[in-house]
Amino acid sequence: MSLSRRQFLGWIGAAGTTAAAGSKATAATTHHFQGYPDAMAVLHDTTFCIGCRRCEGACNAVNELPAPEKPFTDLSVLENRRRTTSKAYTVVNQKPGNGSGPMFVKNQCNHCLEPACASVCFVKALTKSKEGAVVYDASVCVGCRYCMVACPFEIPTYEYDSAFSPRIMKCTMCHPRALEGKLPGCVDSCPTEALVFGKRDDLLKIARRRITRRTERYVDHIYGEREMGGTSWLYLSGVPFETIGMRMDLGVTPAPELTAGALGAVPMVVGLWPVLLTGIYAMSKRKEKIAAEEKALAVAEALTEADERAAAKLDATMEKAEQEKTAAVEKAVKEILTAEAKARAETEAAAAQDPQATGGNEKDA
Amino acid sequence: MSDKTATTGQPIFSPFNIVAGFILLVGGIITILRFTQGLDAVTNLSDDNPWGIWIGFDLLVGVALAAGGFVTSATVYIFGMKQYHAAVRPAILTGFLGYALVVLALHYDVGRPWRLPYPFIMQRGTTSLLFEVAACVALYLTVLFIEFSPAALEWLGLKRARDIVIKLTILLTIFGVVLSTLHQSSLGALFLIAPSKLHPLWYTPYLPIYFFVTAVIAGLSMVIFESSLSHRFFSHKMDAVHLAGKDTVPLGFGKAAALVLAGYFIIKVIGISAGNTWHYLATGYGAWYLVELFGFVALPAFLYAVGVRDKNITLIRWTAALTVVGIVVNRFNICLVAFNWHLPAGERYFPHWMEIGISVFIVTLGVVVYRFIVTRMPVLYEHPYDDVP
Repeated sequence: MSLSRRQFLGWIGAAGTTAAAGSKATAATTHHFQGYPDAMAVLHDTTFCIGCRRCEGACNAVNELPAPEKPFTDLSVLENRRRTTSKAYTVVNQKPGNGSGPMFVKNQCNHCLEPACASVCFVKALTKSKEGAVVYDASVCVGCRYCMVACPFEIPTYEYDSAFSPRIMKCTMCHPRALEGKLPGCVDSCPTEALVFGKRDDLLKIARRRITRRTERYVDHIYGEREMGGTSWLYLSGVPFETIGMRMDLGVTPAPELTAGALGAVPMVVGLWPVLLTGIYAMSKRKEKIAAEEKALAVAEALTEADERAAAKLDATMEKAEQEKTAAVEKAVKEILTAEAKARAETEAAAAQDPQATGGNEKDA
Repeated sequence: MSDKTATTGQPIFSPFNIVAGFILLVGGIITILRFTQGLDAVTNLSDDNPWGIWIGFDLLVGVALAAGGFVTSATVYIFGMKQYHAAVRPAILTGFLGYALVVLALHYDVGRPWRLPYPFIMQRGTTSLLFEVAACVALYLTVLFIEFSPAALEWLGLKRARDIVIKLTILLTIFGVVLSTLHQSSLGALFLIAPSKLHPLWYTPYLPIYFFVTAVIAGLSMVIFESSLSHRFFSHKMDAVHLAGKDTVPLGFGKAAALVLAGYFIIKVIGISAGNTWHYLATGYGAWYLVELFGFVALPAFLYAVGVRDKNITLIRWTAALTVVGIVVNRFNICLVAFNWHLPAGERYFPHWMEIGISVFIVTLGVVVYRFIVTRMPVLYEHPYDDVP
């Protein structure tokens, strides 16, 4: 039952009519998602990080990623800024500190509470698990790479070198290990407690306590508490976060809200456009109809007028013809009469000369 | 009538055939490389730059330039401007080919193209604007196919089937406008998710509206542009109505384009005001933004207006070409130039020559198929059925 209903809704969705109906991304509500209760998170206190790269090595091992060109013990790679790749879910970067030696900061998926990557995935290959991790299902991924475009932290990577089964590659917060009750590989391997795994709520309390207790050690900000609506990785730093390469201009708006307005407009367009267009069509049709009627009327009027004019003309012609005829008849009569009169006159004249002949003529007539 | 002119008097090794054949051959080789060696072998795509010109040009520009179909059919059938009727079929054909080629290009770009139906049949990611784009493009491609089918059915002599489709004209047109509104705007809305990556001058909540309005501009301009090319190369295939309409379309569509461009200029300025991004205009990106705004929006609006006032068809046609270039510039700016503007120069994207090769290959394919169809089917002339709407 539920499957068929879901399927039905899905087909409706596919038809584009309720593309946004099932969406959690609703704008202009007072609702604020604080993350799943008891979801796990990691606190990265960068002031404790010594740049040993053991987390990178552990990550590589537990995720069975290919061996890097240089071993994880080679710290020279820290000299250049690195980003995550399809062969490294996490990288440690070295930044100039505040006089007391360099700073190190670990970079990996921040596992947003409302992830941009998951909200833009059109096949739901990326989802936020209730345990806290943003997990990826390669079995449905089409490879559009919109998640990579969307991620404000520039984390997801792609296996561009694979022709037949390329995958999005990114940190899983060791979700499979967490389900077994184990620590994430990186946290497990950290020798300095720069990484702490725990419930997000607890970690926020710990972070806040550290900042209040040692104000000289920390800047007064927990990175990830509110950035992009909050993330499951939280950071503490002794220097402004920009200086260790973390963007402070991302804002606190959860990513799905950025597109909620556009998605919300979809059903409105679907609902109103046909009405508007049919209205315009009806108007243009009506205009055409009126024009046609007016034309027909004008034609009819013109015809009537022409008829009348023709009739009048005919009448006039007839009358004229009649008159002409009458005139012609009269003329003919007149001519005949004249001719007769003339003939009579001649006859009379002839009779006057020859009365006998005249008598003979009268007999012939 | 139809086959004679297509075959007689045109040698197989005409310059067009040689150039097109060469491009198709190179494209074929790159295609084999792409599908056997993966994206890495033929593209400069990277983890920082997941979208290149196959999205920026083939998808974004392709869909915008294929807007002529919905713009023309709406003008004629919904707004009732019958004087442009002769422009409908060529516009629907180019629209259909445009969308078909967009879908073809996507097969190159996505990692596992055989999974393209997955968003519909496996799991529906309805919170994604890309889902909306995919659904609308798939549906609209179908609509365009049906809208174009009368020409093919007339060619095949299937009058009864063709008459049924003709009866659906208004329904299909309205459906086409709804779908076009949705996916044209959604292509712009794709970038709403990344305010931290797109330059503030180009990033605005109005992006979907801008994309829709520019699609209308692109549609109008492409119809003028294509009709001038058709009159030049296929005038022997045109009937008297079509030949007589040589100036009607540029004058009418040019006037419409001038107005829409002027409106677009205004909402662009409103966008800068609303985002209060004036100070960025003084930077290098700002200079380039002003080039786009004045060189490819204000200038064509002005030139169209002058061309229509003076009835200068040549000017209108060149302006149409300029406007089309402007659309390319706009889409490239949003997808490639102003995207990832915060990254150091060394991490920015520039297309591999083979990426350009595939884009040229796909455009050439479109021209060849268009040529094949208009020399055979009743596109530029009306079939002697008396009840063509």
